[in-house]
Amino acid sequence: MAENAQHEDISKHMGQYYVVFVALLCLTAVTVGVSYLHLTRPLAITVALIIASIKAGLVAAVFMHLISERKVIYAVLILTALFFIILLALPNLTVFEHHSGMPGT
Amino acid sequence: MSETAIPYMVKPHPVTGIPNGKLGIWLFLASEVMLFGALFSSYVLIRTGMPHWPPEGGLSSEVLNVPLGTFNTAVLITSSITMVLAWASCKMGSLPKFKMWMGATVFLALVFLVVKYFEYSDKFHHEHFPSHDNFYAIYFVLTGLHGLHIVGGIIVNTFLLTAGSKMWQTDPEHFTNRVENAGLYWHFVDLVWIFLFPSLYLL
Repeated sequence: MAENAQHEDISKHMGQYYVVFVALLCLTAVTVGVSYLHLTRPLAITVALIIASIKAGLVAAVFMHLISERKVIYAVLILTALFFIILLALPNLTVFEHHSGMPGT
Repeated sequence: MSETAIPYMVKPHPVTGIPNGKLGIWLFLASEVMLFGALFSSYVLIRTGMPHWPPEGGLSSEVLNVPLGTFNTAVLITSSITMVLAWASCKMGSLPKFKMWMGATVFLALVFLVVKYFEYSDKFHHEHFPSHDNFYAIYFVLTGLHGLHIVGGIIVNTFLLTAGSKMWQTDPEHFTNRVENAGLYWHFVDLVWIFLFPSLYLL
């Protein structure tokens, strides 16, 4: 009985996996397509990072089952995200202070 | 089971609510985020400090091979779903199906590396080494480290496909958990590429 219930549970998820797979392929096509539009650099970076974040969210939520995970993993990830933001922001903030205006644009 | 065996590898730990192996892999992935994060931060720092990117002029999409990068992105995405299907096959009690999907995952990982080999060879052929300029230094370090992670995934997945699968006969639940953990790592490697591809090739 329990095994049958587990089978049903997994087969329900199968559809989800295929939908995410197709969505990821489509979003990849969109990212590449948008790059041919030659948008201004800040806009291009924003669009590309938004699409990449959606893709990463789909992989994490569905393939890595984060959508139905235990609290302890969320705690680990929140802490990781916090330190990741600090790691990314700190060195770059020092640069922005030294330059007037946004470099590299 | 011997007394030295790691406890709670199958049953959830009463404190965390998950098996120890799963907590372990997530902590490892957290450290991986910091490793790639440090390099990504360096990339942003170097790039924003340059008047032109790539330094030699033109666009990243003209210097790197976008069709090959796109193909490799699709290959990795496909390998992620075959990995999920390998785990789902274990959950549904089918070792032959697990072997089929895990075999496909390893094959796709090898395809990714072969494509990368051709990309690297082309760059070396034109004498574009990591020492050429900051663009190539960043490109080779980030894709090289990611490539090493692919190699690591191939080793673990091949073990689970071959000698490691003997555990299916003695402790299928534990084996399924191992496949799940290998899968978490593999999806992370895919996730890193999802950010690397547009940042390096398209922007």
